Amino acid sequence: MKFRSLAIALAATAITAGGLAATAQAQEHYIPNLSYRTGPYAGGGIPFANGFGDYFTMLNERDGGIGGVPVRVEECETGYNSQKGIECYEATKGNNPLVYTPLSTGITLGIIPQTTQAKTPILSMGYGLSAAGIGETFPYTFTYPTSYWNQMSSILKYIDANGGLEGKKIGYIYLDAGYGKEPIPVLEALSEQMGFEWVGFPVAGKDMQNQGSQWLNVRKERPDWMIMWGWGAMNATAVKEAIKTRFPLDRFIGNWWAGANADLDPVGPDGKGYLSANFSGIGTDFPALKDVQKYVVDAGKSQADADKVGDVLYNRGLYNAVIIAEAIRVAQEMTGKKELTGADMKIGLENIKLDGARLEELGLAGFAGDLIGSCKDHEGGSPVFIQQWNGTEWERKTDPIEPMLEITRPLLEDAAAGYIADKPDWKGQTCS
Amino acid sequence: MFYREAGQFKTSYKSDQAIFPILQDRIGLGLIVAIALIGIPFIATDGFLNSIMIPFLILALAAIGLNILTGYCGQLSLGTGAFMGVGAYSCYKLATIFPDVTILVHILLSGFFAAAAGVIFGLPSLRIKGLYLAITTLAAQFFLEWMFVRWGWLFNYNESGAIQNVPQKLFGVQITGAAADPVTRYLVVLSIVVFLTWIASNIIRGRIGRSWMMIRDMDIAAELMGIKPLNAKLSAFAVSSYFCGVAGALMVFFWLGSAEADVFNINLSFQVLFMVIIGGMGSLIGSFMGAAFIFVLPVVIRTIPRVLGLDIGGATVEHVSTMAIGALIVLFLIVEPHGLARLWQIGKEKLRNWPFPYG
Amino acid sequence: MLSEIFVEPFVLMADIPDLLLQTIWEGFVAGTLYALIALGFVLIFKASGVFNFAQGIMVVFAALTLVGLYANGVPAWLALIITIGVMAILAISIERVVLRPLVGQNEAILLMATIGLSLFVRGVGETLFGGETKTMITSELGLPTGITDWNVFDGRVTFQHIDIAAVVIAVLMVAGLAVFFSKTRIGRALRAVADDHQAALSVGISLHQIWAIVWFASGVVALVTGIMWGARSDVSFALEVIALKALAVLILGGFTSIPGAIVGGLIIGIGEKLFEVYWGGLLGGGTEAWFAYVLALIFLLFRPQGLFGERIIERV
Repeated sequence: MKFRSLAIALAATAITAGGLAATAQAQEHYIPNLSYRTGPYAGGGIPFANGFGDYFTMLNERDGGIGGVPVRVEECETGYNSQKGIECYEATKGNNPLVYTPLSTGITLGIIPQTTQAKTPILSMGYGLSAAGIGETFPYTFTYPTSYWNQMSSILKYIDANGGLEGKKIGYIYLDAGYGKEPIPVLEALSEQMGFEWVGFPVAGKDMQNQGSQWLNVRKERPDWMIMWGWGAMNATAVKEAIKTRFPLDRFIGNWWAGANADLDPVGPDGKGYLSANFSGIGTDFPALKDVQKYVVDAGKSQADADKVGDVLYNRGLYNAVIIAEAIRVAQEMTGKKELTGADMKIGLENIKLDGARLEELGLAGFAGDLIGSCKDHEGGSPVFIQQWNGTEWERKTDPIEPMLEITRPLLEDAAAGYIADKPDWKGQTCS
Repeated sequence: MFYREAGQFKTSYKSDQAIFPILQDRIGLGLIVAIALIGIPFIATDGFLNSIMIPFLILALAAIGLNILTGYCGQLSLGTGAFMGVGAYSCYKLATIFPDVTILVHILLSGFFAAAAGVIFGLPSLRIKGLYLAITTLAAQFFLEWMFVRWGWLFNYNESGAIQNVPQKLFGVQITGAAADPVTRYLVVLSIVVFLTWIASNIIRGRIGRSWMMIRDMDIAAELMGIKPLNAKLSAFAVSSYFCGVAGALMVFFWLGSAEADVFNINLSFQVLFMVIIGGMGSLIGSFMGAAFIFVLPVVIRTIPRVLGLDIGGATVEHVSTMAIGALIVLFLIVEPHGLARLWQIGKEKLRNWPFPYG
Repeated sequence: MLSEIFVEPFVLMADIPDLLLQTIWEGFVAGTLYALIALGFVLIFKASGVFNFAQGIMVVFAALTLVGLYANGVPAWLALIITIGVMAILAISIERVVLRPLVGQNEAILLMATIGLSLFVRGVGETLFGGETKTMITSELGLPTGITDWNVFDGRVTFQHIDIAAVVIAVLMVAGLAVFFSKTRIGRALRAVADDHQAALSVGISLHQIWAIVWFASGVVALVTGIMWGARSDVSFALEVIALKALAVLILGGFTSIPGAIVGGLIIGIGEKLFEVYWGGLLGGGTEAWFAYVLALIFLLFRPQGLFGERIIERV
């Protein structure tokens, strides 16, 4: 369609087609953020988007951007809805986006083929398709710092270290959707290997706030430990039900999306003892966060309330931004260009090295575990730690727990092979 | 003076029974099809095709499906989303079991599975009607949605629990998958939708369609005149679900690219029902207008601030657009409860004389 | 397989009787709350023939208003009163703006109007209160929060005080409504309207007034529901879907019957809990998502008029 370039000038269609009408591009790093501040999961989406945006605003204010080029974050509201997610992707893809962060497993799955085709990376931080951690198969998809499967193995390791797993019964309560079912293969594989039994309690999205029967089943099955893959309103309800069922909360572990301040605030002091996994630091006791407070929050440039800065999900959004900012820096260094494209960004993400020393330089000493990427490993394999609710705040309870990569990597490879099985023309990459 | 049928004499029954007996209608439709087929592919951008035209056509097809049931046969259904899901999941299964057969065949076949589901969940319509029936179709909605999650075979037991687009070529041209050109995908969707709309208009004009309308207008009278309610109602459920099923399959393979069970939730059912009501019950052209109003308008509202370069947060835009759409729907129902199709009809009547005061 | 369906669940019931009692209690509480939402639907349907899909968002809106006012420094009791006032204003404006112009329309149009209304209210709620999750001010409202155990059959049945309070309040509300309908002038007028619009109009009953009153009443029902469900989990827009469960109750009980709503609510609440706990495992769990609807559907095949509905003699 050779007339198309000419025809783009026809303003009428361009206007309806959205962002394509963007004016001549100034020098900037354009990062679309497919966030959700509305809908049933807004409680989790809002702090995440705040942390994400505030870190880049801070970099713009303090350093004038990254490598002298300012960052422009554009939020596109998805409401956790696939239809709108695709619309957001279409509206933003023409502005030379560096990376996509959909914050929804469904939207991630929908755009993986397109972004791979368009050579724009996706960083689905700790969500999305676990198999995307295989760099050879998914050249443009990253799940840094780690995947659900590794997280499950770390959680099981924690249980093993605190009373043993052999012969125990593990209850797994999960959101009855792709997200909650994702780690089941790991549970299956590890239950044989480590000699425990597991039993699942699915919670339908519609019944997130109505979990009576699941917890009656918990009482019937009498598991020794409970693990939860929850999100949004499901978490607070589950903890309240656990209290009612007299399930010992220090044996109830949520995953990293089931351990936010917003989840436990409605429970309050009764929730003391509840555990959850996490991979990003808690609180504002880091120089970089002080800078965010100084340059962004106090200056009135943040959408977040001042007392929400440093919350678990705020910091996770911020850590997402840190990874992207670091990848931009690495990409600039390696390509020698100031302005980047999605393909450059991939190089940056693959060569990222966020170890203790680098985190300290960024003013985030001890904020997260080491993250070292490579062409093969798009998953990071970072450790997670366990945090505990003390009644009013989250407290870090353990040192970072390394995942069992030797178990999860082969499973990931199988899953990646399964993904491309019916896609004969799928283009992976070869890693030297 | 522009829209007058005066002087167009029919000399045979055949010409009198044509789908478009009036010359102006034929010209207008030809023009629309020509624009859709030739004009739009030349001038439209990828984003316009991907996020407006393709979804619009697919949802219009779903709206036609629901319109057959609700508009023509008078049975209110809130299970459209689930029937679309049946189509999507069966198309995925067919495409992965028989990868060598072209996807177009799978898409047209998948509708039959949806039709079967429609007949099963349409059974209560034999005993109840109206709002009671609408609420029982929620059983279809929630049961099928649960089945999409629970029955691993449906999504080939993959870890993400979602069905994925299967990339395929037709005559050497990529038609599905990310590598497919948006124009190709648009043309495929357009052909299927135009073809099925033509089928629908013929079913509705025929014996079956007339029996549906009799049931809708007065079921007792219809039965007295020899229409079997069983056949009429269940055939309406079957045909309606067929169209919805095909729309669901198109939705995954030509629009979203992948789908979790949640895509086919009750909000999708509402979305399609809105299209039918706003477009006009018992009107095919209304289904297209309703789809444009309900799907395209919000996209445009959300796009305005982005185009104008206003610095309004995405969330605020969403809040305002939710409010605006809600208010517009209520307003529209008050002003013209018979939908856009009725406005269209009034417009045509006005055109008979316009610009002269009398014909 | 047969034994898994017909024998084992009952053996289990007999084995752990305290679990059975607990299941029934949980179902009873959930059922009471479903019944309460269904009551909101029935009130409006009886008086105006509108099937109010906006009931779910009204639950959210009422709870958010209450919590939002408290967060802005309004004392809990005053916030409660203001919220009731807000629901009254909402009811009057719905009657004025939405219902009055739509009088006499097809039921599908009225249904759609309430769905449009629910979109509008959601947009307003999100603009005013934001999408963040909020905590229900349970103890500030003087509602109990503790837990009591009842040791029985070598086990225990746990009662949350908030659940007991929910049941008591629901019973009081139903009793209050019953008295209101049978003893007061407005209540009798309302029953007249439900019986025959035309006749009611001709004896001088104002339909508009009655409509505003039933919408207000169901607004208050929504507020109570919002407080109770909010206390059981948290307050967010996800609460909206709770109201969908009540629709199944309506099919079972009939759209116009208050006793039907109550009995239907209890049947569905207890039934879905028993089914999920004792039989759900056979189907992989999560059956609560559809159980209520499928039960109602099967029930309707045999008794189309619902539990207490009048038999409609019409054979088509």
